[in-house]
Formats: sequence, structure tokens, C-alpha cells
Amino acid sequence: MLNYILKRLGMGVLTVWFIATATFAAMHLVPGNPLANEKATNAVIRANLERQYGLDQPVLTQYVIYMGNMLKGDFGIAFSEENRSVNDIIRETFPVSATLGLLSLLFATAGGVMWGALTAIYRNRWPDYLIMFLVILGISVPSFVFAGLSQFAILHLNKWTGVSLLPVAGWGSFRAMLVPALVLGLSTMAYLTRLMRSTMLDVANTDYIRTAHAKGLSTTRIFLHHQLRNAILPVITVLGPSIAIITTGGFVVESVFAIPGLGRYFVQSVAQLDYTVIMGTTVFFGAFLVLMVIAVDILYGFIDPRIRVEASR
Amino acid sequence: MLYLLWILPLLADHKSRSYLPWLLRLFAALCLLATGVQVWAQTQDQAVDFATQSIQLAMSDEPRSLNSIKAVDAFGIYIVEHIMDGLLRRDANHQLVPAVAERWEMHGTSARFWLRHNALWSDGRPVTAHDFVFAWRTVVDPATASEYASMMYVVKNGEAINSGKMPLAELGVKALDDYTLEVELEKPTGYFLQLMTFIVFFPAREDFYTAQHGRYFADVENMLFNGPFTLTKWVHGAALRLEKNPSYWNRDAVHLNLINIPYITNDSAARFSLFKDGKIAVEDGLVGIVTEQLHGALENRFRIHSHSDGSQFYVEFNLRPQRPTSNLNLRKAMQAVFDSQELVYKVLGIPGYIPGHSLFPVYLQGVKAKFRQEYPVPLPSLDLAQARRYLQKAKQELGVDNIPPLSILADNREINILQTQYLQSLFKRTLDIDLRVDVQSFKQRLDKMHTGSFDLVIAGWGPDYDDPMTFADLFASWNGNNHGLYNSPLYDSYIKTAQDTDDQQIRMDAMSKAQQLLIDEAVILPTYERVISTVQHPQLQGLVFQQTGAQMVLTYARVVE
Repeated sequence: MLNYILKRLGMGVLTVWFIATATFAAMHLVPGNPLANEKATNAVIRANLERQYGLDQPVLTQYVIYMGNMLKGDFGIAFSEENRSVNDIIRETFPVSATLGLLSLLFATAGGVMWGALTAIYRNRWPDYLIMFLVILGISVPSFVFAGLSQFAILHLNKWTGVSLLPVAGWGSFRAMLVPALVLGLSTMAYLTRLMRSTMLDVANTDYIRTAHAKGLSTTRIFLHHQLRNAILPVITVLGPSIAIITTGGFVVESVFAIPGLGRYFVQSVAQLDYTVIMGTTVFFGAFLVLMVIAVDILYGFIDPRIRVEASR
Repeated sequence: MLYLLWILPLLADHKSRSYLPWLLRLFAALCLLATGVQVWAQTQDQAVDFATQSIQLAMSDEPRSLNSIKAVDAFGIYIVEHIMDGLLRRDANHQLVPAVAERWEMHGTSARFWLRHNALWSDGRPVTAHDFVFAWRTVVDPATASEYASMMYVVKNGEAINSGKMPLAELGVKALDDYTLEVELEKPTGYFLQLMTFIVFFPAREDFYTAQHGRYFADVENMLFNGPFTLTKWVHGAALRLEKNPSYWNRDAVHLNLINIPYITNDSAARFSLFKDGKIAVEDGLVGIVTEQLHGALENRFRIHSHSDGSQFYVEFNLRPQRPTSNLNLRKAMQAVFDSQELVYKVLGIPGYIPGHSLFPVYLQGVKAKFRQEYPVPLPSLDLAQARRYLQKAKQELGVDNIPPLSILADNREINILQTQYLQSLFKRTLDIDLRVDVQSFKQRLDKMHTGSFDLVIAGWGPDYDDPMTFADLFASWNGNNHGLYNSPLYDSYIKTAQDTDDQQIRMDAMSKAQQLLIDEAVILPTYERVISTVQHPQLQGLVFQQTGAQMVLTYARVVE
């Protein structure tokens, strides 16, 4: 098992290195200068700036320096925010995004498992159709629509009740997290519902469920102990990457609800061509994603005895 | 929350391998993170409060820097002007008034400032002439790499020092004693006093600066203030908090005790919702509310205030010899059919925008009155027949039967795309010239603009100081922002004349000739002057909006009952 984990981790490091290199290359291939602004600076000032950010070096030298610093865990100084290191940006904004993300995943998993199970039980009857209709809506409607609509709803709720039931935007209290977390988790919830429904139906047709029925177990007991437990496995598989994706911030939701998360740095750094922030966020996200995939694979072995047997062979 | 009950059976499943530890761990991690995240308490959660004289605001973006020596972005400049004080300041009527300098004298290339003795840093020590000398030298120090160092080139040897050709001590600024500052200029500069309100000319104290080890103004604990407010909180990307500075020399003129900025979001709909919910007092003092929301503001009978943000926009032609647009008659043909009024009123339709007729916006000050009142430009006469004659000549001169398709470069903002579409249909309809629209993202547009890969480009300029020169020198042959490489010895001579004297009459006359030359040679097609609309809480009075420096000034504001 240890051998297996080490092998996976080694591959993970290689993947992250590849991500970093590919991003570095792509970033430098895009036309445009990270130091360029609407107002052109004169040659003297541009030279001074380039020297300060090390852009006066050949690209290959920049790459070597950058990789060296990255190995030491230093992502460098942001181009777009004077005096702020990318490490500081991640350290300060990731916990915010992660809190919001975990809460939204809680919504998504609980909701997804429940709705999925419901649709399977009521297969081809009206609750199934209704929920699946909502699921399609949840998957296809982009989150900025839901974010805007829910904000509109809060505004009118506050006006109607005359008190600030829920904050329109902002960060800092649990109340402020609820609606953004729900909106952020909506598409994951919809996806999990669909996944849960299909696996529930698969499981329902297996021999052991038929056996359980034959034994005379109650439907509730079969549902909870046999069906649900087996059907939830793929959900956990999906959950690993989902954690990495959701906890590193949703740009739209964070922007609409004025949440100081990591999400906006992903988007703005590309628009600004902010080299260090692009690298920092991409590598951080890549490493996190790789780690989560490995973690799920390992966890899987613990949750499903069959897989552990395969692995140890 | 009710549906959470559904997972309870899972938790209760004790017989088989339980999910309890896994879920518990997830839950514990969540709780830990929730408490781990800094929870900032909001003392008050309303837009305005009369009793405490406090207001709450939102910002559309994080200041990129609050260091007066290096900041270049509008958000940074906005905050810096509230927490720092220069030699001079602009009052509520945009007039220059004493700040750290009590009085001053200017003679040709030398200026002398007498500093007041009661101007203090927030640690109680006096602001001295040495603090200005240190700050100005740091700005031009090549190692600082300040983007606005070029503003300091008016001071003697500024440019040479910035290029690393001279030591810092050669900069033309001296402290005669603690409270007398003497400045020597490169040449007479008519707008020198205007510059004193700009942040790169603000003071910085050497001992404090060096003690921060390169983190000067990076965070609240690295800051030393001498302005009307102090910054007591800066959570990056999330919140700022300004409190009245009790040691500010003019503290009696400052009414607001607290400016709380708990929201930073670039989503205009979100900010407008916050305003409607009574959480913020102004939307948006820096970037304005968007047109769709003006409608909502009118419906709700909000107080709407409109002001020019100082920016002038125009279509710039590429005059490089290999480009068809280097042909004067072709440009004049396009000029003769272009109507900025139609563009602004019928195409853009943004309330308040002023159709452009000149490079110089209407608010600029001339000798005694506004520049554009003293030197009016003739309204363009739309003349299709004349335009076609110009076009005919252009075709002959270029030796072509048809003008080849021209490319028009723009970035991907909606207002720019709208303009390219309008120009495309206009020039096709009237002159049968095809425009190829080249839409690029921001940095790529800059790249193509600076390297000259365009025939026409949608460009604009915001003023750096309150003088027509901030626009006039744009088209001087040596200016890096002259993207089309307009090169006219005549134009250059007008600019030199205006730059070499501090006689306002001579300066303005020269710049008016430059204004006319740009029209005669059809170097640009002025499109519009941008106007920003804000909605304000009725209890908030005394807000000041400026075209240069901080766009919104809260120093003179107060909350009324």
C-alpha cells in the first residue's frame, strides 16, 4: 500500500511540474506585456520596472529562476499588486474560498444524495420528472444567473420584512455564507443527483438486493443499508476533484457576493497577464487537484473492500 | 436545512463500516475553517450614521498600491489622497489651497515653499522639508522603479537621475532648513503648482521608510500618515477602514469620523443592490453606475449626480507611411462624414456623455476661463460631397481604385465594440470603405497599439494634472503614447513653446494652435468625453468629484440629519 501511495505521489509531482512548465510557456507565448498599461511608460521607466521584476533576463533564465524559487515554496511577488507576494495572496484568500467551498459541498452532497435517492425510488413517476427537470436547470443555467437572482430575492426579502434577514453581499458572518454557498454548490448538487440516480438504479438491479428482498428484509432497511451504501461510492470519487475545484473559489459567486476569495485572482491575473499570479494560482490549484485525486483513490480502498483486494494483489 | 435530516440514517448506521468519522472530520474541518477565517466585526452596518459621522462604502477593486511613491491605479490614488497630504491641496471648488506648505513663491525655474509647523505625522513628529526631499529622490531613484517617475522630470535632473546617469543628490530639491523647501526646475513649468497635489510629490520620512525594509505601505502596520484620515484596517481584497486623523493640522475642517469600506466587488449589480439595501452611501464614486442601473435609480427617485471623470476618447489613425491612413485626404474624407453627436446620442446613448470635438475636454482651465471657451473649435460640418472629393483625391494619391479594407483595433469592452460597429457601417455607407474589426483583450490591444498593428484604434486618455498640456503633448513626436506616430515639426514647436514658459497666455495660445492643427490634419476623430453618474445617500453632503487625482474626495463631506 505504501509503495502504491509513494508511486502515486511521485507521478503527482511530475504532473505538477508539467502543469507549471506548460503554463509558463503558454503565458510567455501570449502577446502582451504584463507591465504595459493604458499609459505607456518611457523607455527608462520600463527598463527600471523590467529589472525589478527580472523580465530583463532571457526567458529560459526566468524559467530556471522561477522553478528554483517554486521548489523553495516561493511563488514570487505579484505584478498587479505592489509589495504583495503570491504566497500571501493564496494564504489570505484560500481559507475564505475553502470555507465557502466546504459549506457549499456540504449542501451539494447532502442534497445530491438525497434527491438522487428520491428520484431512484420514484423512478418514472412525477417526483422523478420534477427533480430531473430541476437538475437539468441546475446544470445548464450558469451560476451568475442564480447568483444575481438570489441576490435580487434577498434584497426584496429584506425590503419586505423591513429587517436585514440576510446580507445582500459581504463576508464575515455565517449568515453571509449561506446563500453564496448554496448558489456555488448548485451545479455540483445537480450533477451528484444525476450520478446518484443512475448508480442507485444500477444497484437496485443487482443480485444481492434481490436476495435481500427474498430474505424478507424491509424496503427501508434494504434502501438504507444495501442500496444507498453501495450507490454512494461513485459520489465519493467525484467529490475529490470537486473539493479542489469548489474550494479554490468560484469567480462569479465571489464577485457577486463581494467575497474576498481566491476566485478572482484566477480570472483577473490572466486578463492582466500577471505572470506570477497566473503561475501561483495555476500551480496551487493543479497540485491541490492532483492531491485530491490521489486521496480519493487511497480512500476508496478503505471504503470499498473489493478495491483494496485488487490493490494488494 | 430540513433535507440535512436525510443524511442522519447514514450517521446512525453503526452496524457496518461507518461513515461517521469521515463526515465528522469534514464537519470539524469546516467549523475550524469558519472560526479560523478572520471575522471582522462591523461596528455599524448602515450607509450613513449622523451621530457618529460615519459612512459605509463599497469599492469596485482592490487598490494595487497605497504607497504614494509607487501607486498608479485610480483606487490607490483615491485612498492615498485621503491619508496623505502634499504641499498643496485642492479645496471643494478645485482651487489650490495651502496644505503642508503655508505659503510659496515661484520665479521662473525656482520655487520656494514655507512649511507649516503644525503639520504632523501620525506618530506625532513634525512633517519637515527633509521628508519631501527624501520622497522626491526615492521617486526618481531607478531602483524604486516608480511608474510615475516621469512626473518628477520637471524637477532639475529628474530624468537624468531616473536613467541612472546622475546620483540622487543632484535632484533639484533642497531643504534650506526644517521648514523651507527649495525646488529648482528643469525649465519654467506653468503647471508646476498643480503637480504638488499629485501623490508622487507627497512626503515620506526616511527613518520610517527604511525601517519597513521594502514593505513601505504594504500593510497597515507599515504606514505613517499625515493626511485627513488614517487607514486602520486593510484586509486585501476585502475591506478598508479610514478614521479621522486626530493629529491632522486641519482636523477641524474634517467632519467624517469613520469611512468604512467593507465591500470590494467589481460586480456593479451587486454594488447597486447594496446601495438599495441601505448598506452603502455612494454607488459608485470611482467608476459610476452602469447605464442599466440608471434606469433603476430614476425609478427609485435616487439622487443622481453626474460629473466628468476627465477622460477624453478618440479614434486614432495610424500615420506610419505604409498605412493607407497616412494619407491626409483619406483621413479628411473620414473626418467629413464622422459625427460624434450621432455616435453619442444615437449609438452609445449613455446619459451625460459629451460628444467630442477636440482633443481637449471642456473642463480644462485656460488663461482666465475654460480653455474651450477661450479657444472654441468650429463644429464639424458634415459634407458628403466634400468627403467624396477628398476620397477621390486620396485614391489618386494612393494609386488605387478602391481603398483596401482598413483594420480598426479595439479592446473587448462593449462600448468599444459598439463604436467599431457604428464606424464600420458609417464608412461603408458613405465612402464605401470596408473596416475590419480587430477586437482584442486588454493587454493584447495595448501590445498591438504600441507596435502599430492597426489602421484605426479606439483610444483614450485621462489627465495626469489639471492643465491642457496633459493632453497636448500626447501627439508630440517624442511621446510614447503617440501610437499613430504623428510627426509634425509644427505641432512639436507649439508644444515646446507651451512647455518652455510659464506665461499662461503664450502657453494657451500655443496649445490652441495645436488643437486646430490636430483637426486640420485629421490626426484623431474625437468621440466623447466620459461622464460618470453616481447615486448618493440623501444624508451625505459635500462630496467632491475631480478630474485629476482622487476621483471622489470625502475630506469635505458630512452626514446631515
